[in-house]
Order: sequence, then structure tokens, then C-alpha cells
Amino acid sequence: MEKEQAVVAIQNVSFTYPGREYPVLDAMNFSLGKGKVGLIGPNGSGKTTFFHIIMGLLTPGEGKVLFKGSIVQGEKGFQDLRKSVGLLFQDADDQLFSPTVLEDVAFGPLNLGASPEEARKTAQETLKNLGLRDLEMRVTHRLSGGEKKLVSLATILSMQPELLLLDEPTNNLDQETRLRLIDILNGLDLSYAIISHDWDFLEKTTREVYVIEKGRITQCEKASLHEHHHAHVYGDHPHHHGD
Amino acid sequence: MIPEYFSYTDSFLHKADPRMKIVSAACVTGVVAFSRSYSTGICGLILALFLIALSRFDTGVVVRRLLAVNFFTAFLWLTLPLTYGGEALTLGFVTVSRQGIAMAALVTLKANCIVLIFLALVSTSPVSSLGHALRKLGVPEKLCLLFLFSYRYVIVIAQEFQRLLRAAKIRGFIPRTNIHTYRTYAYLFAMTLVKSWNRAHRVQQAMVLRGFNGRFYSMYIQHPTAVERVFFGGITLLAVGMALLELRG
Repeated sequence: MEKEQAVVAIQNVSFTYPGREYPVLDAMNFSLGKGKVGLIGPNGSGKTTFFHIIMGLLTPGEGKVLFKGSIVQGEKGFQDLRKSVGLLFQDADDQLFSPTVLEDVAFGPLNLGASPEEARKTAQETLKNLGLRDLEMRVTHRLSGGEKKLVSLATILSMQPELLLLDEPTNNLDQETRLRLIDILNGLDLSYAIISHDWDFLEKTTREVYVIEKGRITQCEKASLHEHHHAHVYGDHPHHHGD
Repeated sequence: MIPEYFSYTDSFLHKADPRMKIVSAACVTGVVAFSRSYSTGICGLILALFLIALSRFDTGVVVRRLLAVNFFTAFLWLTLPLTYGGEALTLGFVTVSRQGIAMAALVTLKANCIVLIFLALVSTSPVSSLGHALRKLGVPEKLCLLFLFSYRYVIVIAQEFQRLLRAAKIRGFIPRTNIHTYRTYAYLFAMTLVKSWNRAHRVQQAMVLRGFNGRFYSMYIQHPTAVERVFFGGITLLAVGMALLELRG
């Protein structure tokens, strides 16, 4: 990835959770720019930590976060970054807090200074693009798990970010919603990075895959992606194993 | 789950501006709550029944709600006539207080009237509209947010508690009257508290990431129609009239 393309980058970032002996991230360097990237790694390897440091939710012990080439400083700096980078949380219930779907999708645009009418239009447009127009007036906590996930994606997309970070988006999704999410992601003219344990999902939605392990990040050969074992519970579901 | 049984029908009351409904409901129930005479209570009850008719509720559901309220007033009927003092009244082999019966009847009348008014005027709006309406009526932002978030997350927290309880049950936990049970419940409550704290933290993060700066913007700007103004103005005037009658009588 070219340096000047990078939307966000981290430089020599180390992070240790209080009370732990070893750092989860150890002098890590990485940049995210144009493109569709996957991140995999064992539980507790620091994948979510990495996303949270980029967004300014966690402050690294050492190292810097760069946004479009300049160092991000303080809450104000991260507020600017958050206008261009969106993070999709693991648990959709954390993300959907407004009473109705439309209000939740309009929440970001309203905060960015849109008028109620503009926010409503943006929200409706976003929902329409994702094929979720029917859910507009639904109460958020009455949505199904899959609907919650897609609506929380809409709440981020309505802010029109340049880069999207998705934290284990396929957790607890049924097959149908999972396929729908793959379609949506492939149809987006947007850069994103996905954390997932779902190799098959990454294979279908990303171009490059990186592994986070022992505090470091390394590129993974795409060829190794299909070296995996799993049960084909749905025997009829077509499944690519690469070239 | 908090089912909103009452907010999904499509009557005049359901469509009306929640601000108008809240203000007129507060006036009427305020007057009824402080009244000491039957006439005010009966006035209020007639108004309440009229509004309930207007809201086109299913009678069965309303009756069930009233049964829940009168479960509490039943305790008054059991205690007040026997303990109130004043003029004695002999009914067969028990002697009861006339004033006690009068008081129990008045409280029952007022309680039912207030519940009916709230059913007709307040429960006919979804909780989210009520939250925004309260904000527009000048209730402090923090209280409104607390109200909206309690509504949104009380279910999630209840589900988390149920999950923990299930986890305990499948490992053979049977609640009994012993210290092990109390300790287990204490652990479950404490763990629920920790989890809700963590969730609150994550929700706050999600809000900050979407540019939240302490202010909640509402998209729904509803203006009361002329008919609504007249109707709810009328109810409020009626409440004032009842208050005057009460003060004079």
C-alpha cells in the first residue's frame, strides 16, 4: 500500500492492557488506505484493540495515529477522523440506541450539522441503497439479529465515510443475512477493513488478508486462505476454494 | 420486553401531538389526585371513560389493566374500614368505620380515574415520542435521555440477567432458602451490573464515534392541529373548572 494513499496509519504503536504482562500490540506499524482488507488472528490477539486505537477510543502507550498523513492529537483530532472513518461494532445492540431505525440512521448526519430534513433524506437514501427501506419506522430493539446488523451498517454509511472498519460482522448471522452482507460489501464503492474469523467471508469480500498475532501484523498469502477445515452444514451452499 | 399494547391503534388520540396529551393529562390527573370530594372524582371518571371510548381500546385489555390497579386498592378495602375510626357501622357481625369505607371508595375512584386518563392520553403515544415531547416541554435534557435509554436498554439488561440465570440453571442451580441461593443471586445481580456498566460504556463509544456531543436532535417536528388545540384546551379548562369547584366546595 502506497504511503500517500493511506487514510489512517499507526506508527510504532504498543498497547498493554492494565494488569497484563505482555502487550497486545507491540510496536505495530500498519496503514489503511484505498482497498478492501481483511484481518484475522486468534482471540485476544489485539484486532479489536487495533480498531479502537485508530478511532481514538483507546490511547496507545506508545506510538502515533496518523490521519491523512498528519498526527492525530487529542479528542478534537479524533473527532475529525471519525467524520471520515466509521467503525461497525461487534454487537449491534451497542450501536442501535435510538427508538426507531430512521432516527438511528439519522443520528450521525444530525450530529454532523445536517438539518432534520437533510438528515431524514440522507437516512432514507442510505436505507434504500441497502434495501432496508421497509424497516424505517421499526423500533430498533424489535429487529431480528440480522436486521440489527444491517441497520447498524446503515447508521455508519449515512455519515458517508471514506473508510469503514468492520469488527467481526458475521458473528451470529444466519446464512441469508451473511450472503446479503457479502453482496452489500462488494457493491460498496468504499474502502474497508474487516476483522473476522470467517475465512470464507474474507475470501469473498477482501483483496488482501493480514494476520495479527503476538502483537505483530503480517501479510497472509491469499493462497493459504483455502487451507481450512469446516463442516458444510448447508450442503447445497456453493463454496469457493480459490484457484 | 415492554409491550406497548396501547400505542398501535389509529384513533384521533393516537395521532394527536404528545405534548398536548401530556399537558392535559397532567392537569386532569393532578386535580383528581388532590381532590377530596366525590363530585370531582366522578367528573374525572366520566371524562376518563369518554377518552377511553375515543381511543378505541380493546375493552378486555383495559379491564385487565384496571384489575392490576384494583389489586392494590383491595388492600385499602381490607384495612381502612377496620382501622379508620369515626362513626361505627355494624354490618352483621363486624363493626366498620363509615369514614373508612368512604375513604377507600374515594381512593378507588381516584386511582381508576387516573389510570384511565393515562391509558387514554399517555399510553397512546410510543415511548420515543413521549421522550421527545417531554424535551420540548422543557424537561431537562438529562432526564429525557435517561427516560429514552431506560426504555431502550432495560430489555437488553433483563435479557442479560436471564442468560446468566439460565447458565446457572443448566448447571443444576435450584433456588432454595439458603445461603448458597442468596450468594448466587448476589453474583448474578453483580454480574448484570458489571455487564450493564460495560454496555453503557460501549454504547457511549458508539455515540461518540458518530459525533455525539451531548445534544440529542429530534427529527420529528409535529405541530398540533386546530382541532387538537381546541380539544385538549377544552380538557385543560375542564380540569381548571374541577379545581375551582373543589376549592369552593
